[in-house]
Amino acid sequence: MDRAKKNHLIRIFVAIAVVYLAVLVLEFTLRPTSILFTVLRKGAIYSLVAVSMNLLNGFTGLFSLGQAGFMLLGAYTYAIFTMPVSVKESERVYRYYECIVGFDTGSFVGLIAAGLVAAFFAFLIGLPVLRLKSDYLAIATLGFAEIIRAIFQWDVLGPLTNGANLLREYKDLSRITLPFTDIPFPPTLFVFIVAGVCILLIVLLINSSFGRAFKAIRDDETAAEAMGINLFKHKELSFVISSFFAGVSGALLAAFQYTVQAQQFESMMTYEILLIVVIGGIGSISGSCIASFLYIALSEWWLRGLDMGKFLGISAPDLFRSGFRRLVFSVIIMVIVLFFSKGIMGDKELSFERMKAFVKRAGRKKKETAK
Amino acid sequence: MFEIKGLSVNYGGIEAVRDISFSVEEGTIVTLIGANGAGKSTTLRTIAGLVKPRTGRIEFMGEDITGKDPAYIVGKGITLVPEGRKIFPDLTVLENLKIGAYLRSDNIEGDIDWVFSLFPRLKERSWQYGGTLSGGEQQMLAVGRALMSRPKLMMMDEPSLGLAPLIVRDIFSIIREISKEGVTILLVEQNANMALQVADMGYVMETGRITLSGKGSDLISNDEVKKAYLGK
Repeated sequence: MDRAKKNHLIRIFVAIAVVYLAVLVLEFTLRPTSILFTVLRKGAIYSLVAVSMNLLNGFTGLFSLGQAGFMLLGAYTYAIFTMPVSVKESERVYRYYECIVGFDTGSFVGLIAAGLVAAFFAFLIGLPVLRLKSDYLAIATLGFAEIIRAIFQWDVLGPLTNGANLLREYKDLSRITLPFTDIPFPPTLFVFIVAGVCILLIVLLINSSFGRAFKAIRDDETAAEAMGINLFKHKELSFVISSFFAGVSGALLAAFQYTVQAQQFESMMTYEILLIVVIGGIGSISGSCIASFLYIALSEWWLRGLDMGKFLGISAPDLFRSGFRRLVFSVIIMVIVLFFSKGIMGDKELSFERMKAFVKRAGRKKKETAK
Repeated sequence: MFEIKGLSVNYGGIEAVRDISFSVEEGTIVTLIGANGAGKSTTLRTIAGLVKPRTGRIEFMGEDITGKDPAYIVGKGITLVPEGRKIFPDLTVLENLKIGAYLRSDNIEGDIDWVFSLFPRLKERSWQYGGTLSGGEQQMLAVGRALMSRPKLMMMDEPSLGLAPLIVRDIFSIIREISKEGVTILLVEQNANMALQVADMGYVMETGRITLSGKGSDLISNDEVKKAYLGK
């Protein structure tokens, strides 16, 4: 490897290490109920699912809207796998049903299982659905997500899914411990590590020869086929891998929320993720991550006041009522789509060179306006 | 080396290719010429496996490859340079070349150098996105990409399409050069004049049938060809 490339990699790793260290420091200094943790955790979870969606929509050119469905599969798998047998046998969670799952696992196994279950379903669904193109694929995957949501609330599956009732008391973030000990794992760091490793795997995939084949399919299907790339096999591969990581992020979301209910995973959730991908830039991993933290910070924190009567020191309880936040949000989205149609990053990645150039440009502009 | 017997193909609801037969000898340049819609492109796409034939037999190095998958056919050593170049616009020049070698698991560094020596322009632009290249450069990239699979038979669909006359001349001199390196070439062209000048054998296609065949130099002086395709 040449030196410039090596230096570049070292800088990236240093930057990532700094972020993780900062998270750890925050975890020991701020009070655990701080809103910042909500933003960081949910932001990291949404980063992962947004990147997984980007792998499909941005890098393989498959417009799929099934993300919420795969997250649901992951969340339920994780909850059912990691709920202790004692809880399953008691009436605390499964009140109306006799739980048929007679085992429990640790959180790590739960995460992997969540991914595998989502991937398995993706494999089955992909067989018929991936022969469809663009709009039709989107409709079919959206339909699948809705069907899954309905099935999981179905009475007959109650002994497995607890019907339409909540699942809780599994290994949520407060119950995750360091391996082989009872010491609690710093929860935000846990989310960051899992999401970070998964995103790293996706980045490695995209930069491999498989990733190149995905991009070739996105650019021109006929030419890719003429080069000897098996279209169906590669689409299926991308779909299964994307769903695996959507499943893992669903599991993380379950751990983050302390409870799981199928009702929550509606199509609105997929649109939220799609929005993050579009805002970040279709085909940009770092864009998806930045956009997801921004989106979560806005919706969970900065714009909260719009629903609570007071925003930026202005008190107007009649105007700033529940739901007003969504209205403002819609306007922001329209502005972004109109004026930044390529998203924050376009299809480029964040790099030190780009940041330097940006700061330089901003500085020059400032000077010019000062004159 | 390569032989087609009684090939018929339905494409888009019409019988685009009707019972054609021809053969390509190893190391030669063979051209199919004809007007728009004569079935030339469909023939190439069928050989590449992108379209399935209705009847007929395609043989390559003694093996029946009729109706096989594109991946299998590329693996056997037949590559298509598609009509309109079809390079990958959002991949870099180097990535485009690597995709060409997608089915190979051996070392491709030597072949990248080989392609760069054939097309020095591509080397200068190896980090540029395919979509930012000029038409001529894109055609070079499409040819280079096809060469990356180390083909025994390279099929080219209208390499002169939409290019300036000077660049067309460059492309054809490169075709000759590639042929000298031992790659057999099957060339489809509307630019009959250029194609027949480089070709050892030529076939004239009209509405799905082969109506004339002969040595390139003979066809170029054939009265019918002259009248219909060379505008003389």
